[in-house]
Amino acid sequence: MDFGSINPILLLASLMVAATPLLLAAIGELVVERAGVLNLGVEGMMITGAICGFAIAVNTGSPIVGLVAAAAGGAALSLLFAVLTQFALANQVASGLSLTLFGLGLSALLGQGYQGIKPPPFPRVDIPLLSDIPVLGPILFRHDIVVYFGLALVAAVWWVLKNTRAGLILRAVGENHDAAHALGYKVVRIRILAIMFGGACAGLGGAYISLIRVPQWTEGMTAGIGWIALALVVFASWKPWRVMLGAYLFGGITVLQLNLQAAGVAIPVEYLAMSPYLITILVLVIMSADKSRAPAALGRSFHASQ
Amino acid sequence: MTDTLLTIEGLTKAYPGVVANDNVSFAIREGEVHALLGENGAGKSTLVKMIYGLVKPDSGTMTLRGAPYAPAEPRAARAAGVAMVFQHFSLFDALNVAENIALGMENPPPMRDLAARIREVSETYGLPIDPYRTVGDLSAGERQRVEIIRCLLQDPRLLIMDEPTSVLTPQEVEILFQTLRKLTAEGVAILYISHKLEEIRALCDQATILRLGRNVGTCVPAGTTAREMAEMMVGSAFQAPERAPRELGEVALDITGLSVRSPSEFGTSLKNLHLTVRAGEILGLGGVAGNGQDELLAALSGELRTDADAIRLKGRPIGRLGPAARRQLGLLTAPEERLGHAAAPDMSLTENAALTGAQREGLVANGFLKWGKAREFAEAVIARFDVRTPGPGTAARALSGGNLQKFVIGREVMQRPEVLVVNQPTWGVDASAAAAIRQALLDLAGTGTAVLVISQDLDELMEISDRFGALNEGRLSDIRPAQELSVDEIGLMMGGAHGMEVAHV
Repeated sequence: MDFGSINPILLLASLMVAATPLLLAAIGELVVERAGVLNLGVEGMMITGAICGFAIAVNTGSPIVGLVAAAAGGAALSLLFAVLTQFALANQVASGLSLTLFGLGLSALLGQGYQGIKPPPFPRVDIPLLSDIPVLGPILFRHDIVVYFGLALVAAVWWVLKNTRAGLILRAVGENHDAAHALGYKVVRIRILAIMFGGACAGLGGAYISLIRVPQWTEGMTAGIGWIALALVVFASWKPWRVMLGAYLFGGITVLQLNLQAAGVAIPVEYLAMSPYLITILVLVIMSADKSRAPAALGRSFHASQ
Repeated sequence: MTDTLLTIEGLTKAYPGVVANDNVSFAIREGEVHALLGENGAGKSTLVKMIYGLVKPDSGTMTLRGAPYAPAEPRAARAAGVAMVFQHFSLFDALNVAENIALGMENPPPMRDLAARIREVSETYGLPIDPYRTVGDLSAGERQRVEIIRCLLQDPRLLIMDEPTSVLTPQEVEILFQTLRKLTAEGVAILYISHKLEEIRALCDQATILRLGRNVGTCVPAGTTAREMAEMMVGSAFQAPERAPRELGEVALDITGLSVRSPSEFGTSLKNLHLTVRAGEILGLGGVAGNGQDELLAALSGELRTDADAIRLKGRPIGRLGPAARRQLGLLTAPEERLGHAAAPDMSLTENAALTGAQREGLVANGFLKWGKAREFAEAVIARFDVRTPGPGTAARALSGGNLQKFVIGREVMQRPEVLVVNQPTWGVDASAAAAIRQALLDLAGTGTAVLVISQDLDELMEISDRFGALNEGRLSDIRPAQELSVDEIGLMMGGAHGMEVAHV
């Protein structure tokens, strides 16, 4: 056992990287659920985004174009879910589950020629001055742009939900779609937009894994992050900052347990591997013990009959 | 003040299989309170939805202050000065008052300014409310204030109110009427829908009566009796329930110190209730919705368990028994919510009959259902209670509210209960069906059943109950003989005006 091999600065820096895919997927799903839609297809949209982004980045040579393509791919797949649930009024749970299965299959098909290829490297932003600060610099200010985008997105979602009219309408639709309809708001249109936002975020999160974190393409490489994102939204009580906290906690413990494995701690690997899931959920369950509750219309189909 | 505000000419709206409105015409003058009367399914709701832009008419025209008026959506209606207070409140429980009001406005000011304006309007019209309270925590009367303030902030010319008083105490109704009168003095017209004919006589200047989607007449409510209006609505002579003198027997239901925690977050817990009902007696329990009615019914039906001794049926403690065991012993219940509680919406009437009648009607043998017998039982209920339906194979969901209500009440009545508990037996039911249900309850008591009627309709309770009590915040008032009570006394038993003030004018 050699704890000396664990570099705390490197650990904290890689924590932010490990948390980002989860953060992106979860903040997207949070918006979807606040609009009253339960989309269990996050995993499918992530893996689809991962291959879309990877393929486009390899073919164009530009990782940024790849990220845009990943968001578009995730949103396109979520549109399928939107059509099923908002127009055909299909059951949201069943549609979401099948979306995940479909996404996993589709991504395997699309990714057949891309195994073992290296994607174009992603530029790292070294923020001048700030990145030179000892300790804090390497931890906070030497990441790729997507890490900062994820943080900005959390802040933006929080601010929009809390302070803007668009956010108020979104929450109203998720709370009581009949009343929102009676007031003249376009429930279906708002929900479709929310679903597509969620899809784009999930796709982006997937591409972050295949383009930056790993970076290469393997089938099923999202490895359940989409499911954790779903759980995170619930245990974070549908609150953006708690989602961020949960994502960083999860990312942190993931990185830590990998380091511990490398250091040869005398705990069976299986326990270490399950620890991020266990601890994240435990902490969030304790935190969600307050009076917050789910959007009242979550998972219910809306039809503007009479 | 006598200019015409809104003219409606030849409005027609058909849904598949039913014409909701057939060539309806009338006019509303500025500053007038105009009543819209009709039984359930007469087309009142469809008509106001067309005026509010939620439903598009198939044909016909509307004119608002001389200009053609055809709102494509509620937004357009609001912009034209038409506002609506909904029957089932269109509020968002998890949001606060100011946010709810902002959602109903086109260009709401920033929250702080809006809160100040809410305070100002609520003071002016005697509707005090704190803009930052969460709507889910408000009483029904307070929620209605939120809806009204939301309308008033848009300076409406026409205010549509759909059944506004069904959730209010008499005192709250009086305060609401004063607010409305102040509004009409300012020239606002009000289109008022209600089943409560006495209220319409007290408040409204004009009434238009709809029957089966057609305009069948107008009247001046102050100069017409409630009975005449009811007969115009029904289209035939109207039979009021008769009560025959009854002999009271032994105490059948005895509740002693019943306290129950409400299982739902926004529910009301019951606090130390005491009451008895004797065989052949009807005890009426009034009170505004959400003051423990649902919890009391659940405690009596066996959905909530209590101390064994808190509820006794003919001296036998039953507090710990489940619903089936209580039914076996003769305590039957009919809850308020027809679809999903009293009846399973997607199951046929036969299946619904079997669900509660299995034990007492002997519809089960050795674990197998006797479908033939169940169908006979359902048919008997349909025949005796004049339930209008193609047959017992029809799904419960397909019945109109009044017909399904007759079925679920009839199903319990026909099982010859020892004690029958009903919650809101005539809620949302038209006058003739309501009269039939009340008559059935009176007849049942005449055969020696103890009947406990929980209702928010005070006229109903006064009409049929021998003794009256009121639930207020989970507590029960004194129980007094119904005959000797005045409306004011009843209102105080129900909790008075809940701190509401009258308009400051």
